[in-house]
Amino acid sequence: MASPELKHPLLSVQQLGRTAVQAVEECGYVAALLVESLYWVVFGSVRHQPVRLPSIFSQMMTIGIGAIPIVFVLSFAVGVMLAIQGIHTLRIFGAESQVVIGIALSVTREFGPLITGVLIAGRSGSALAAQIGTMQVSQEIDALRVMGINPVRYLVSPALLAMLIMVPTLTFFSDLAALFGGAVYSTVELGLGVEAYLQQTLDVLAADDIMQGLIKSVVFAGIIALVGVSNGFSVTGGAEGVGRATTRAVVLSISYIVLADMVFTYFLNR
Amino acid sequence: MASVLTSVDDPVMEVQDLVTHYGAVQILRGVNMTVSPGEIMAIMGRSGSGKSTLLSYLLGLHRPTSGCVRLLGLDIARASAAELHELRKNIGVAFQGGAMFSSMTVGENIRLPLREHTKLDEKTMQIMTRMKLELVNLGGFEHLMPSQLSGGMLKRAALARAIIMDPKLLFFDEPSAGLDPVVAAELDELILRLRDALQMTIVVVTHELSSACKIADRIMILEKGCVLMTGTVDEVRNSENERIQAMLHRRPGTKEIDPDDYLQRLTRD
Repeated sequence: MASPELKHPLLSVQQLGRTAVQAVEECGYVAALLVESLYWVVFGSVRHQPVRLPSIFSQMMTIGIGAIPIVFVLSFAVGVMLAIQGIHTLRIFGAESQVVIGIALSVTREFGPLITGVLIAGRSGSALAAQIGTMQVSQEIDALRVMGINPVRYLVSPALLAMLIMVPTLTFFSDLAALFGGAVYSTVELGLGVEAYLQQTLDVLAADDIMQGLIKSVVFAGIIALVGVSNGFSVTGGAEGVGRATTRAVVLSISYIVLADMVFTYFLNR
Repeated sequence: MASVLTSVDDPVMEVQDLVTHYGAVQILRGVNMTVSPGEIMAIMGRSGSGKSTLLSYLLGLHRPTSGCVRLLGLDIARASAAELHELRKNIGVAFQGGAMFSSMTVGENIRLPLREHTKLDEKTMQIMTRMKLELVNLGGFEHLMPSQLSGGMLKRAALARAIIMDPKLLFFDEPSAGLDPVVAAELDELILRLRDALQMTIVVVTHELSSACKIADRIMILEKGCVLMTGTVDEVRNSENERIQAMLHRRPGTKEIDPDDYLQRLTRD
């Protein structure tokens, strides 16, 4: 409790300390959620409380299959955009035809996972936070607990698992869509044959480039699921609280995705 | 595992010196109560008396500061996860707002405990669901979504879900809150019928005096986190305690004001 005698600078220090403690607490909570949900995935059947396949599939449908059209459109657009910018820049050096290399590498290593991550954070991370938050407010989480149904096993494990499967899958799909977008623009602009474009792309790309994107996308999937779920569980204060948690989940997960992207890109390219 | 089943005369629920805090504020100040098998116990009190808090601790949703809660012979604060899991199959809870899962139909909601805890086939589960729905007069509503039900229907559907596993102990939070008198009376009848038909022990949290008098064998009155009185309906009615009489006759409570404290509250930053 803030005592009235404290002067302004001391108050800020106190506030800083409190925020730091909160942040550490939240990290611990998210880590505990991750461990517990993985525990249920592995040992659920042994304890006769398995993570149900239908719940995983239904989450995979909403998170993954439902997102295919929008992932395609956005990734295609990013591919076209990269092609336009690439050709414009390379024209300075008279090396327009090198655009194929630029597109192939930047899409698979960077833009595919990033676009997919940001999109799924906005689409499914927020939905998770809102769903669990609403359940928290209407005592549905309590109802699960008193029925002897562990909420982490019932709600978090299927979402996390679906996310870990579908985000890399969508990332791969996004890579293809963006490469296609780049191909369409480049072939028209540079008068390049589609076949030549494809051949050049395949020559440039190594399995490592695609793997780098996929590894990042697995990390993004974990971030989206855990940030969404933890914000949902911490909802207090009715509908307004649900709104706040949803917004916070999206902003935080997109921020973490971008930061994690930077860190992973640094280490994966050492 | 420790006994979930008790002998015939052992109390189904036992609370000893339960003390709880919300942050630094003490909410329950040493609550004691016992509930015998087949009994209907009503926990009464005004808003803010601590009855919802008491219920959440009885259900094991939070850990008490001190004291113990025994359900069907098991101390829920010291029980292992497996023991608690087993215990919860024998306990049903109908929440105040129903707490029905909004993404499932009424039927799926009611079937959920069966689906999670048993290996019954789909057809059997369906028949059991329909039986419970008939029992709470909701036959034919299994395919509706919870959002399509009225307040009274939601409470009855929640009751059907609470009793789907034929629990030994049933908790019902505010059965008549927000309902018109006729529907509330029907729900009271239903609770009595359930006790007789399924031999359940029922703990009802309510602030409706008429409902408590009608269904309860014993009433416990909470005030400011303390037990004011526990007794049969007649004992409560004949009590000479001023605060109980005020509650029975719906007299507004007189609030004692400490002038110093009052001034301090008005002037503090």
